[in-house]
Amino acid sequence: MSHTPAAVRHALTSAPPADAVPEQAADHPPAVYRVQYRNIENDDTVTLALDPDGSPLPPFAPGQFAMLYAFGVGEVPISVSGIPYGAGPLRHTIRAVGPVSSALHRLRPGDRLGVRGPFGTGWDLDGAAGGDVLVVAGGIGLAPLRPLVHAAFAAPRRFRRLSVLVGARSPADLLYRHELDRWRERAHVAVTVDRPDDGWTGNVGVVTALLNPVVTDPSHTTAFVCGPEAMIRHTARDLLARGLPSRRIRVSLERNMRCGTATCGHCQLGPLLLCREGPVVGYDRAADLMNVRGL
Amino acid sequence: MENVTPAAPTPDPATVLDRTGLDALIRELAARGYTVVGPTERNGAVVLAELAGADELPWGVGTDTDAGRYRTTARADGAAFAHSAGPQPWKRFLHPPRVREWSAERTDQELVFRAETSPAPSYAFLGVRPCDLRAIAVQDRVLAYGARPDSAYTARRRGAFIVAAECTEPGAACFCVSAGGGPAAGPGYDLVLTEVAEPGDHRFWARAGSERGAEVLAVLPGRHADSRTVNAARTAVDAARDRMGRSLPDVDLHALMAGSRGSAHWDDIAQRCLTCGNCTLVCPTCYCTTSEEVTDLTGDHAERWRRWDSCFDLDFSYLHGGPVRSTGADRYRQWLTHKLGTWHDQFGSSGCVGCGRCVVWCPVGIDLTKEIPVFAAERAESAAATGTAPEPRTAAPEHDGGLA
Amino acid sequence: MATAATPAPPPDAARRPSLAVWKLASCDGCQLTLLDCEDELLALAERIDIAHFPEMSRRSVDGPYDVSLVEGSVTTAADAERIREIRAVSRHLVAIGACATAGGIQALRDFADIDEFVSVVYARPEYIDTLARATPAAAHVPVDFELRGCPIDRRQLLEVIGAFLAGRRPQIPSHSVCFECKARGTTCVTVAQGTPCLGPITHAGCGALCPAYDRGCYGCFGPKPDADLPALLPLLRRDGMDAPAVTRFLRTFNATAPGFAVPDGPGDDEPDREAAP
Repeated sequence: MSHTPAAVRHALTSAPPADAVPEQAADHPPAVYRVQYRNIENDDTVTLALDPDGSPLPPFAPGQFAMLYAFGVGEVPISVSGIPYGAGPLRHTIRAVGPVSSALHRLRPGDRLGVRGPFGTGWDLDGAAGGDVLVVAGGIGLAPLRPLVHAAFAAPRRFRRLSVLVGARSPADLLYRHELDRWRERAHVAVTVDRPDDGWTGNVGVVTALLNPVVTDPSHTTAFVCGPEAMIRHTARDLLARGLPSRRIRVSLERNMRCGTATCGHCQLGPLLLCREGPVVGYDRAADLMNVRGL
Repeated sequence: MENVTPAAPTPDPATVLDRTGLDALIRELAARGYTVVGPTERNGAVVLAELAGADELPWGVGTDTDAGRYRTTARADGAAFAHSAGPQPWKRFLHPPRVREWSAERTDQELVFRAETSPAPSYAFLGVRPCDLRAIAVQDRVLAYGARPDSAYTARRRGAFIVAAECTEPGAACFCVSAGGGPAAGPGYDLVLTEVAEPGDHRFWARAGSERGAEVLAVLPGRHADSRTVNAARTAVDAARDRMGRSLPDVDLHALMAGSRGSAHWDDIAQRCLTCGNCTLVCPTCYCTTSEEVTDLTGDHAERWRRWDSCFDLDFSYLHGGPVRSTGADRYRQWLTHKLGTWHDQFGSSGCVGCGRCVVWCPVGIDLTKEIPVFAAERAESAAATGTAPEPRTAAPEHDGGLA
Repeated sequence: MATAATPAPPPDAARRPSLAVWKLASCDGCQLTLLDCEDELLALAERIDIAHFPEMSRRSVDGPYDVSLVEGSVTTAADAERIREIRAVSRHLVAIGACATAGGIQALRDFADIDEFVSVVYARPEYIDTLARATPAAAHVPVDFELRGCPIDRRQLLEVIGAFLAGRRPQIPSHSVCFECKARGTTCVTVAQGTPCLGPITHAGCGALCPAYDRGCYGCFGPKPDADLPALLPLLRRDGMDAPAVTRFLRTFNATAPGFAVPDGPGDDEPDREAAP
């Protein structure tokens, strides 16, 4: 027999509807944010620092995402790439690939946009406490990992070693280049590119080639992986082969998120609603699903 | 039926209504401000439409259904609720095809959002079949019970007065019993009717399921329930239980669907599937929507609308320049494995109530009750080959208390 | 298939973007849809400079144009050259209607001998200079967006223009007509009445007009991108269509669209002449 859960019955039969749409409602409008400044990362990517026009949204955790709204154009899901500490701005790194992201990319300081969120799961850095932290990023995948690296820096005694491995198509595609240099002071940072340019003296090749020196104690290492799906698969398989338990490989997955509130059905990956159970998922749950074509 | 609020202990209400009593019910609900919606015959089908009186009900209209086929028939007994699930589910009213969610105005420097403030219509649904009552509960779990409930749905749902009609005439495509339901109405109604269409004494046994239901029942003209009416009503509903035209196999469908992702049978179904989306659009629980940005020509006003979407639309899974589910097999698999399998993971119950609409209204008549046994046989075969046990029929009751 | 518009910034707010409307081989019905936008035409003219639209005004401003709407199919060597010229002066080129997106009714010639037609129909065949096939704009030049329909839908045309002005992707769903029947609450004419209907394989856009009047869909908007005609054929046959009838049903406004290609259909013969039991 079907039973309406008690809490639903309460929600549906209790007090008459309030006039206003509740803030946590799926169809609540976005909060207005203002572009405080805009950092050009590379040819097609910028980082926008956003300040709320009114009251801010609830705090974001590293790995969570927002639906960013460009007026008249639409909304896209973008992971948070910088989290305000105190009164600082919220940061989102945006690559212009479609009409909405292109419109967001064109915003200038002072321009307004809509923000809904925070949505989804975070990286769960706490789960790595006491062991090694391994961050593996491909391309724009470094953006959602940036606040994780910052959080690890903020609590240095909680973790043993922090390694950041970054892959990009070419040197020109690298994100946060200056910041990566600063990270080297406090973490093992290695960068590789697929296609070097004339001035490039660093590594060339896939990011998994950088794993050798960093995975020394696999049973006490937690990996955080974000990038194109193929890169995530390869990295996770490599890490498994090195002895990392699959649940200690945390991956960030992407599907066509339309609502962010688990009510539109678009972001399904098998049993997972990625806007709710994701975007960050343990590889123990993700592996089988990622291996099914067309799921 | 633990959610049934005890009826007020005021005068024992008349609980047997005749046609005049049913008419009075419609008028009473309208007088209380409800838009009364119920079944009526139009263009050879029993559709859901606004009703002004009981005359508009489909008296004497039966249905002859099969996979991909629906015809109305004449019934000698003149019954009003002896038609199986029609072309429209009630979600049309609770979760409409198109809804404005919010709007935005842009001036020189400002951006202002406005939540949707138009009041939700207040519906009274007359003749909700038990399968559809369960379907409403399934959509409640998705749209009203999540951490972020949909306020448009919740407002409509909260305002809805539900008059269920128990099933005394299942259709050839019905399989609610094997989907965990049955022809008797479960909880969730304000009033429930059971039709007794006897010659010369066509009547409806009515019970209240809520306080407001009892209030309405108390003012209707009728007579007190007699044992002959109650027995006839119960007998008809019990008999309906054994007359389901179809059934799902008695296996753990949740596990079967998860285990069948790699089956080649999806390709076989895809050979027949039009990917037209009809199954999802007639399904009373399919809830998927997409968002649309609507702008006017001035460029200063924008609106956010959502409309029904379907996992059969190629664009549904659009990601980085193309669809993830590019083949018809991918899309049919998504639909069926979600409906019967991953719905459990996501919302704590099956997404199927066995109403049979997807079978009837599929133009090419793809019938899940015929396809699932194929997957079950495949699994049983591969289990036999590997010496493992196939999916047992585990006790997997629908969750009552929350999400898994 | 409705191709996604390339992400481009919205037009410069300080300058009204220019619009040109062009006609190749066609009936004018689609470009008249623009004039049919009576309630929106003034607002439209405020936002857009209608720079070239002979059907509306003798005024014509030279290009280049921000948007060109092209109606009609290419049926002559001269038009094959013209569509290239139009492309060259257009920042965005939108093909409108069945002719410009699939060849239109005149593409029925593709299944016949054009010389025979010319000799039978015209008193002075030597005056006729035409190609053997009628082809859509996309067969000649890159097209930024294809708007389907015979004729196109007024609301959809406004959506495409509005989306261009806002710099967003036009919301022109490419799913089946069934979606529109269900959204408007129309009972399926195939399932409930046994009426042959192309709706399940036809691109939405008309609002499911015909089924709302108890008729099957004629496929005016052409095949949806993943149209599965072989799956529909048994149904058309069940509902009383023999092979020639099926061929006639599919060969109307979008006869040469690949999704409507009749399997083992008659080639050079006229459909009517195919032997039928």
